Amino acid sequence: MKRYYQPEIETASREQILAWQNERLVKQVHHVWENVPYYRKKMEEKGLTPEDIKGVADLHKLPFLTKDDLREAYPYGLMGKPLKDCVRIQSTSGTTGKRVVAFYTQKDIDLWEDCCARAIVAVGGTEEDVCQVCYGYGLFTGGPGLNGGSHKVGCLTLPMSSGNTDRQLQFMTDLEATIICCTPSYAAYLAESIHERGLRDQIKLKAGIFGAEAWSEEMRRDVEKSLGIRAYDIYGLTEISGPGVAFECEEQTGMHINEDHFIAEIIDPNTGEVLPEGEKGELVFTCITKEAFPLLRYRTRDICVLSRKKCSCGRTHVKMSKPMGRSDDMLIIKGVNVFPSQIETVLLEQGYQANYQIIVDRVNNSDTLEVQVEMTAENFSDSLSKIGEMEKQLVGALKAMLGIYAKVKLVAPKTIARSEGKAVRIIDKRKI
Amino acid sequence: MTNIHQISIFLENRAGSLAEVTGMLAESGINLRALSIAESADYGVLRIIADDAEKATAALLEKGCVLSMTPVTVVSVPDEPAGLSEVLKLLAEGSVDIEYMYSLFTHQNAKAYMVFRVADEEKFRAVLSAHGIGLATKEELGLK
Repeated sequence: MKRYYQPEIETASREQILAWQNERLVKQVHHVWENVPYYRKKMEEKGLTPEDIKGVADLHKLPFLTKDDLREAYPYGLMGKPLKDCVRIQSTSGTTGKRVVAFYTQKDIDLWEDCCARAIVAVGGTEEDVCQVCYGYGLFTGGPGLNGGSHKVGCLTLPMSSGNTDRQLQFMTDLEATIICCTPSYAAYLAESIHERGLRDQIKLKAGIFGAEAWSEEMRRDVEKSLGIRAYDIYGLTEISGPGVAFECEEQTGMHINEDHFIAEIIDPNTGEVLPEGEKGELVFTCITKEAFPLLRYRTRDICVLSRKKCSCGRTHVKMSKPMGRSDDMLIIKGVNVFPSQIETVLLEQGYQANYQIIVDRVNNSDTLEVQVEMTAENFSDSLSKIGEMEKQLVGALKAMLGIYAKVKLVAPKTIARSEGKAVRIIDKRKI
Repeated sequence: MTNIHQISIFLENRAGSLAEVTGMLAESGINLRALSIAESADYGVLRIIADDAEKATAALLEKGCVLSMTPVTVVSVPDEPAGLSEVLKLLAEGSVDIEYMYSLFTHQNAKAYMVFRVADEEKFRAVLSAHGIGLATKEELGLK
């Protein structure tokens, strides 16, 4: 069985990887300097020219990019190629409602799909396999990324997109899917449905690639046991490309970062200082091969640890742990990025005060979101149906902003604790 | 035209929330003439007619309640079988849409009193006066 999609890259020596990174970083900094005025200005403010960056050792000198920069430069300000050279956008929600839009040239798509193909081969995927992709297709990167990777491996690809469990199970059994790609919570839900319907004997799955939200080792064992598969994690973000920035191998002890495309650093989220290997901190990525959306030193806000310990799978690329938290207040609910500030914006627009509480839970393996907000005099009425309408309107506005359903609970005034310093707005009851 | 004000108060749907509000009113020496509750799964609306609406409102606002004042009409109906039924029949014939109604605690002069909140107040009043149905006065109800 083929163990690697691109063996010469995935098992290259550390020296070779570093040589690629040095060469590509220098080239990329020149590319950005010449084509992205927004970043060039940031470099100039630090007194930098491309000549100051001679290799990975100089990377720490470059300025960071954050989600705020993406918002400020929205939509075209961080592009490295003219629109006529771009063939695709993907998008994700950003803070306070402004979306993140990432651009891709055909080459960008190719390299991204290579990364996803590596992930699929790493879980045992070959051209003999039937790969069922139940991530959302469309603006979300999950579906398109794994779909492209699956094509590259030569799997028969089932482009299911998310939802419609009846149809998922019908195709899974009728077409004998062997690999499934979805969020871990949906995998758990599917497993439950399979047992309820007594379909366990008709399932031919051997592996699952589950990403886009946090999950625990316990959840991995549960899903592996109930579906009789091996379950693998995958990591990515739209800003950097999408799923496949890093992926798990058979060892299941962390995700190999595709270092020939992305240089990873761990920094202290407070000072921005680069931390030594093995220390926990914020993950920062520099894209060294991307053309259309070449972000340098992008702060992911994900907290994790990097490890260069030798991996038994033979891959030599650095491994990242599962993200252990965030250095900002972003929540991932049903695979969707949710910022409390988005919820706050909607509440204020709808005439409520900024006193609210967000309660996230996982019920029957599916994330739930509840927004508790205090009733205000303006929104109150003697008529229950009018209050009900206001509530419905708020639910609709939240759905439009977040892209997911949030239950609204109206509570009496002054029942939500006022902020003393840092407000406790988020109660995350999920055990993951 | 008798101007009677109902106070509507937002209540959370949990044990004790009604007692809290009536406690506040008791503390301020407010007497209730009528009360009704409408509820959904998570919250309710308590509607009251207080003997002193102004004082009651001030006390509740001070305690941080969310409330609204709504003008309502109190109709006196004969306190006998079919007394209310007759009135409602006339309102139905006049196509008056009742949003909600409830009864008042007072019984005087063989009259019972019903609090009405309707969609179209003008039409409502027209039907009442066309049939000589009386409205309660504040004095009758012991309201300030």
